[in-house]
Amino acid sequence: MKFITWATDPWGKTVPIHAAWDLIWVAVIAGLLFMIVHALYVAIAAGPKVFAKNEPSPAEAAAVPERVPRHSLAARLFHWIMAVSMLALLITAFLPKVGVQFNWVLYHWIAGTLLTVSILFHIIHASFFMDFWSIWPDRIDMRDAMRRTLRFLGKPAPAPQRFAKYPLENKFYHLVIVFAGLAVMGTGLFMMKRIHTIFFTRNPYLFSDMTWGLMYVLHGLAGVGLIALVMVHVYMGIRPEKLPITKSMIFGWMSKDFYLEEHDPERWVVEKSSTTKKRGYAASDAD
Amino acid sequence: MAVIRDVMPAFDLLQPGTAADAQKVLEDNGSDAWVMAGGLDSLDWLKDRIKKPKVLVDLSGVDELKGIRVTGDGVEIGAMTTLTEIANHPEIQKNYGVLSEAVSLVASPQIRNQGTLGGNVSQDVRCWYYRGGWPCYRAGGNICYADTPVGRNREHAIFGADRCVAVHPSDSVPALIALDAKFVLQTPKGERTVDAEDYYVGPDLDITKINMLQPGDLLTAIRIPSTWAGSRFYFEKVRDRNVWDFPLMNVASALKISGGTISQARIAVNAVSPRPMRLKAVEAAIQGKPADATTGAMAGRMAVEGAVPLQFNAYKIPLMRNLVKRAIAGTQEAA
Repeated sequence: MKFITWATDPWGKTVPIHAAWDLIWVAVIAGLLFMIVHALYVAIAAGPKVFAKNEPSPAEAAAVPERVPRHSLAARLFHWIMAVSMLALLITAFLPKVGVQFNWVLYHWIAGTLLTVSILFHIIHASFFMDFWSIWPDRIDMRDAMRRTLRFLGKPAPAPQRFAKYPLENKFYHLVIVFAGLAVMGTGLFMMKRIHTIFFTRNPYLFSDMTWGLMYVLHGLAGVGLIALVMVHVYMGIRPEKLPITKSMIFGWMSKDFYLEEHDPERWVVEKSSTTKKRGYAASDAD
Repeated sequence: MAVIRDVMPAFDLLQPGTAADAQKVLEDNGSDAWVMAGGLDSLDWLKDRIKKPKVLVDLSGVDELKGIRVTGDGVEIGAMTTLTEIANHPEIQKNYGVLSEAVSLVASPQIRNQGTLGGNVSQDVRCWYYRGGWPCYRAGGNICYADTPVGRNREHAIFGADRCVAVHPSDSVPALIALDAKFVLQTPKGERTVDAEDYYVGPDLDITKINMLQPGDLLTAIRIPSTWAGSRFYFEKVRDRNVWDFPLMNVASALKISGGTISQARIAVNAVSPRPMRLKAVEAAIQGKPADATTGAMAGRMAVEGAVPLQFNAYKIPLMRNLVKRAIAGTQEAA
């Protein structure tokens, strides 16, 4: 199977022109296989979650609000705007490749622009107004991942700690989506120089045929990868044990019980003052 | 990679004897098959080794696709009918003169003797970058070589460009649109009839295709209803030389005049857009107005609204304005 489609340019050089579109089906099958394997693993092989016994004291637990704030309104808006634009990008990019024809280029670059703006907002918001490091894997995550693996294999290992704000799989997913997202965004911005948009004067000679070709290939490969990534993300979002996390991306908070069960109050410190807020990400049951 | 000219790639040659057999072999071979009618478009592609089909389906032996039949409601022209036969047919000349005139201006007498109506309406675009085998958008690549600061685009589109700026080159299609012709397709799901203007696909929808034919589909006939028979017709083709040339632009109109004013009109222009353009807004605007120079001038101005010229084809805007004007003011009573 080919990963890249090649062509001969007017000067006789063999240049890449785009990713091989058969990879669309590879990505779809990979996404489906992941879901099936994961669902079987959870149903058959995975035991109950076991964490090290480092529960908060009754006094500390009592101080945790009933609704633990997890995502600010701005963060939620970013997530859902990005989700809509990502779905629009995937639909406009790949449906025409599998035979559903429509005027996709216009909608594709508009959705791409929306995604770019939302990602730039997210970078600034996360860097200066959120706990920037909370989404990146840390030393404890890696140590606990090793412990979980050893325990799954039946080897002796201490129980892992509870998660910080984000479980390790969330952090890994974010890491992968950062690379894939920045790849499609960066290449997509340059590719807009090849078509007529309201932003740039068209200049198809900005790069050599080889550079353009590699850019198209990277855009395509990252885009195809995003098919599988989005499938897996949606699947995880609707799994029963993940629903509290998904709901927190809608309502902004998760329940105190789920917080205390899965998260480590020392690694994810909840502001006690949040209980006084009326609406949004910090509303409490008392309201 | 050097291009070897005039040596066709190997393919299986299938020569069905009936339309049903032709459709069946097309269906069986799907996208591996190439349909050849008169061969004037096909042989260019094959000899230049730009298109390399595995199977060539030669329709020249399918007699049922040939000939002109006068029906109760107009005429039906088989897709394999030659352009010369259409140009000389008495019924076409008498009642559908715009088509007779249009096909008589195609290329040269030799080409009209060999070329078919089905081939003429289904031929691919004539952009030399695309025809030269370069990996442009239409060829599945990621660039338009014509729409660049130094690209040769004098003959290219002023409307409807979407990455690809090539134009549709047929002379017969505007006349067929003006006559409200229907294209009859045999598909794996049975017979299908589409309006002439709907047969074509723009690059916004599918940049690698020129018409709606899918693998397994066969254009079998073109039906012209009697609705516009004997109307006032006009056809004009502008080209660089007076024989054996594709249009820089052509226009066809059919007008019904009642009480000194235009009661109904159909106007189509080709070689201005990747797909033939029917000027519906102009048709609506001239209804109830006299077919004179004032109306023509108004229609011409209206027709070019939204035109976007490339580096070397801005001349097409005044050309189109004047052709549309003449298509209304200069119409003559059909013979």
